[in-house]
Amino acid sequence: MTNHKTIKNIEQELIDDFSLFETWEEKYEYLIDLGKKLAPLDPAFKTEDYKIKGCQSSVWIHSHEKDGLVHFAGDSDAIIVRGLVGLMITVLNAQPAKEIVNAPLDFIDTIGLSSHLAQTRSNGLRAMIKQMKMDAGVLG
Amino acid sequence: METEGTYDVQAIRAQFPILSRKVKGKDLVYLDNAATAQKPVAVIDALVHYYSHYNANIHRGLHTLADEATATYEASRAAVMHFVGASSTDEIIFTKGTTESINLVANAWGKSFLQEGDEIIITSLEHHANIVPWQMVAAEKKAILRVIPIDDNGILDMEAFKSMLGPKTKFVSVVHVSNALGIINPVEEIIRLAHEYNAVVLVDGAQSSVHLDIDVQTLGCDFYVFSGHKIYGPTGVGVLYGRRDLLESMPPYQGGGEMIKEVRFEHTTYNELPFKFEAGTPNIADVIALKAGIDFINTIGKAVIRKHEETLLEYATAKLKNIKGLRIIGDVKNKVSVISFVVDGVHPQDLAILLDNQGIAVRTGHHCTQPLMHRLGIVGTTRASFAAYNTIEEIDVLVEALNKSLKMLL
Ligand SMILES: Cc1ncc(COP(=O)(O)O)c(C=O)c1O
Repeated sequence: MTNHKTIKNIEQELIDDFSLFETWEEKYEYLIDLGKKLAPLDPAFKTEDYKIKGCQSSVWIHSHEKDGLVHFAGDSDAIIVRGLVGLMITVLNAQPAKEIVNAPLDFIDTIGLSSHLAQTRSNGLRAMIKQMKMDAGVLG
Repeated sequence: METEGTYDVQAIRAQFPILSRKVKGKDLVYLDNAATAQKPVAVIDALVHYYSHYNANIHRGLHTLADEATATYEASRAAVMHFVGASSTDEIIFTKGTTESINLVANAWGKSFLQEGDEIIITSLEHHANIVPWQMVAAEKKAILRVIPIDDNGILDMEAFKSMLGPKTKFVSVVHVSNALGIINPVEEIIRLAHEYNAVVLVDGAQSSVHLDIDVQTLGCDFYVFSGHKIYGPTGVGVLYGRRDLLESMPPYQGGGEMIKEVRFEHTTYNELPFKFEAGTPNIADVIALKAGIDFINTIGKAVIRKHEETLLEYATAKLKNIKGLRIIGDVKNKVSVISFVVDGVHPQDLAILLDNQGIAVRTGHHCTQPLMHRLGIVGTTRASFAAYNTIEEIDVLVEALNKSLKMLL
């Protein structure tokens, strides 16, 4: 655990990355790219049980605990949302449950994504975060 | 614009304050008119004028304000009567919207006249608002809900409908124009056939009322329902047209003030039509402003607006078809200015997000027609729907933005 990055560290890295983008197109291209690169979720977990309700696209999150840390995998049938899944996994994966539950995650506002995503529940980001925190709460 | 003849779309746009706003730094391109239309300044002014000059409760007060409010409210009812070609204002009931109008009929008519084993027929194209109320009443009365199938283009299978009709058919509730695809259903024929079996027919006019000339007497329907907010009027007000004898035979939907003639603890007698179905203080302001929406349409002329919208539809259809991998769902001749489409390998939500960032408002998803999407084997579509104030230039913006979005996604 020498090189362990905290959630805050990772958030800061993302803030630094996003600060290089000048246009909304660049932000979305980054997310789309993240979405394309995200490892596909094991089809065994692409079931109703792991599906997050209330999103216009389908979103699945699977989580498990290993060595005191919570690990996430996820997927979506929409590529931008898949990118958001990837983004949240980047930030929250392999962290202690307590850290995940308590993370304020204000980087989302700082990187200016919230102003680009419609506020409606359909974007799924809020629901996704809620699910990841709930899973962490249960596993922790 | 030569293709548009004398249609002065800029003058029309000038009547809609919202159209000059920016979204994410870009000019708003509003193409979600099938969800709700924007409001002309006359509608907004009617609301302000009512609240600033003659706000009062109606039908009961004897003072000047109450008189003015009552007269204006009832003038709206007369405007609606003409708008749908009814023969009497007694047949025009104000509701909250299409949804409440359908629920009113399903409850007041359904609970009184449906019996175990009776059949209610709807179509595969229905909005949830014309499915769920019937499921609820069917469950309660042990009636059976049957669904007219469609082909892959969304066209109703009329032969299947004919074979469904029978002595058990009691009610047929059909959408006039599909909100998801824009297809115009052959409601005249449906009504004629259903009436051969003495079934009662409701037409969901949420989408047709703004585009098509409506004459409920020529159509021959028993009920016609629509929402004010889709015809340039305010939200929170809708209409139920009902044939007088049917409305008279139905019990009230809700009890309270306005709908009574005389109340004793032992017994209450109900008010006459249309007040029998308007319990409580109605949505006075929005009902009044609805007339301004109707006047807006009538001043330009529905046929004139329709011609403009058809030009837009034709232009947009041709342009969109040039986009590789794009497939229009419900690409039929008989439709209103709605284009629903899917693009191979692209989720509609991704498109909506990227279009929104370019100032374009379209609708994506299942459009409250999940069974239809299921039938068509798609998760949803992207839908652009045009109104009186949309322009050819806006369609060019849409097409360009679509191409850009697809390049980012694929
Ligand atoms: C065909 C159809 N029916 C019913 C409705 C429901 O209308 P409202 O939500 O105004 O009650 C709509 C609105 O989207 C519609 O398009």
